[in-house]
Amino acid sequence: MSKELFVQGNEACALGAIEAGCRFFGGYPITPSTEIAEDLAILLPKHGGSFIQMEDEIGAIGAVIGASWSGLKSMTATSGPGFSLMQENIGYAQITETPMVIVNVQRGAPSTGQPTMAAQGDMMQARWGSHGDYEPITLSPSSVQEFFDFTIESFNLAEKYRIPVILAADEVIGHMREKIIIPDKVDIIKRVMPKEKPEEFLPFKAEPTGTSPMAPFGEGYNLPITGLTHDERGYPDTSSPEAHSKLITRLCDKILKNRENIVSIEERMCDDADIILISYGAPVRSIFTAVDLARDEGLKVGSIKINTPWPFPESQIATAAETAKHLFMVEMNLGQMVHEVERVAGNKAKVHLISKIGGELHKPKEILSKIKEIN
Amino acid sequence: MRKEVRIAGFGGQGVILAGIIIGKAASLFDEKNAVQTQSYGPEARGGASRTEIVISDEEIHYPKVQNPDILVAMSHEALIKYMGDLKDKGILIIDPDMIDESEITEFVEKHKIKLFRAKATQTAQKDIGLKIVANIVMIGAITNITGIVSYDAAKQAILDTVPKGTEDKNINAFELGYAMDG
Repeated sequence: MSKELFVQGNEACALGAIEAGCRFFGGYPITPSTEIAEDLAILLPKHGGSFIQMEDEIGAIGAVIGASWSGLKSMTATSGPGFSLMQENIGYAQITETPMVIVNVQRGAPSTGQPTMAAQGDMMQARWGSHGDYEPITLSPSSVQEFFDFTIESFNLAEKYRIPVILAADEVIGHMREKIIIPDKVDIIKRVMPKEKPEEFLPFKAEPTGTSPMAPFGEGYNLPITGLTHDERGYPDTSSPEAHSKLITRLCDKILKNRENIVSIEERMCDDADIILISYGAPVRSIFTAVDLARDEGLKVGSIKINTPWPFPESQIATAAETAKHLFMVEMNLGQMVHEVERVAGNKAKVHLISKIGGELHKPKEILSKIKEIN
Repeated sequence: MRKEVRIAGFGGQGVILAGIIIGKAASLFDEKNAVQTQSYGPEARGGASRTEIVISDEEIHYPKVQNPDILVAMSHEALIKYMGDLKDKGILIIDPDMIDESEITEFVEKHKIKLFRAKATQTAQKDIGLKIVANIVMIGAITNITGIVSYDAAKQAILDTVPKGTEDKNINAFELGYAMDG
C-alpha cells in the first residue's frame, strides 16, 4: 500500500534514500540539512545500514567513497561550508567513478553566511567546485514530494553513470512541510556487477555505454583505486597525454552523450508566450504563481522549471529562446544559472535576471512587476 | 480557495506543532492541499515564534503566507510583531490572558478585524492540569471558530502526532477548545 505523510523536505530526502537502497550515511551535521542526518541515524540501523558522524565534511565524503567501494549505496548531506570542504574528494569520486549522492541544502553564503536562510549560491560550485574537467549531474527539487523523488533519482543516476550526483536543494524546500506519497514500489537501478572472473576484470574499461560494471572490495577483484590518471586496470599512468585524454574524455562523454536522457524540465504555458520565466528549486513555486498572475492580466507569460541544472538543458532553453522574446531567470543568488541561459540563448532572445539574496523566496508580485518593466 | 493562517507565540508554547497538526489535518485527513512553514533560527528559541499554513483546494504554488486570513496569537510580543499584515476583515484569535488588548483596539477597529478570545493557557492549566497542551486547546478553538479544518480531521491529526500515552489528555484539550464560544 502506498503511504501518505505530511513531512519536511529533509525528512522526505531521508525516506527517499532508504527507498532507493541507501545503506550508508557518513556526514557532519550542519544547518539547514541536519534533519537528513538525524533521520538517517534512526532509519539506517533499522534497515541493516550504517550511519557514522565523522570529524568533519572531508572525513564524511571520504567515508562515503569508501562505503560505496565496499558495495553499499552511500550518501552524505551538508550545506555550503561542508560542501566547500568536500570539493577535493568530489573530484576524486569523479575520476574513480564512485557512485554516491551528495545533498547540499543551500543557505546564505559565502562562508558561514546565513545558516538558517535559503539561497541558491552554490550552483556554479556544483558545476566547477572541484579542479579539472568533469561533467556533474545536479538535481534541484521544488517540492517536498520532489525532494523524495529526486533523492531516488539521484541514486539511480549515480549507479547508472557511476558518478557522484549532487542534489542541490535549498532551505525553503528542506524545511517546509507538505504531503508526500510513498508509492508501493519505486524503480531502483541496482549496481552492475562484473561478469568476468576476477583475474580477467578491468575495473575502468571503456564499455560502449561509457560506464563499466563495479566490483566491491573484498570479493577477490583487484581494485587499484587512485585519483591519479589511470589505465583500464586502474594503474597510474600519469605522463601519457593519450591516457589522460582518453580517460577524461570518456568520463565527460558518458554524461554529455547521455545529456538528453538525463536532462529534465517542465514547461507550462510556453506555446504562445512572449515571456518565459525560468527557475529551479524553491523559486519555481514563485514563478508558477507569477505566471498565473500575469495570465490574469492578459500577459502572455509561460514558465520552464529546470529539474536538472547540470547537465544544463541546452536544447530546451535554446528552443525557448527561439519562441519567446524575453527569458527571465529567477534565482536566489546574484546571477549564476542566468549565465547558462545567456550562453544558450545567444542573441535569439533577451535574457534578464531576477535575483534575490538574503534568505527569502521571491514574492510572485515582485516577479510580476519586473516583467512589466520591459513592456 | 487559498486560505493563509499564521499562529504565533513564544518559543516553547508549541505553536509550530500546532501548525504541523493543522497542516496534517488539512492535507492527510481533509484531502486538501497544505504547506506548513515556520520561523527557523535563533529567534525560535525564547522570543517570538511563528508557524504559517497555507490551505487550498487547488495546488499551492507560492508556499509562504503573504497576508494571513487568520492570525492566532498566544503571546503579546508575537501579536504585535506579526499583526501588521493581517487581512482587512480577517480573523484574529487571541489568548486573552497573554495579551494586553488595549494595544490592539485601534488596529482591530480600523481594519474591521473579527476578534475572538480563546483562553487556551488557562484552560490547559486549570482543566487539564498541563500547561503544555495550551496549543492543542487552541487547535480546538481554531477549528470551531474558522472551520479551516474539519473537526474529525483535526482530531485524527492530533492522534497521529502526539506521543503514545498522551492521546486522552490531548483529545480532552482539543474538545475543551472546540467547545469554547470565542
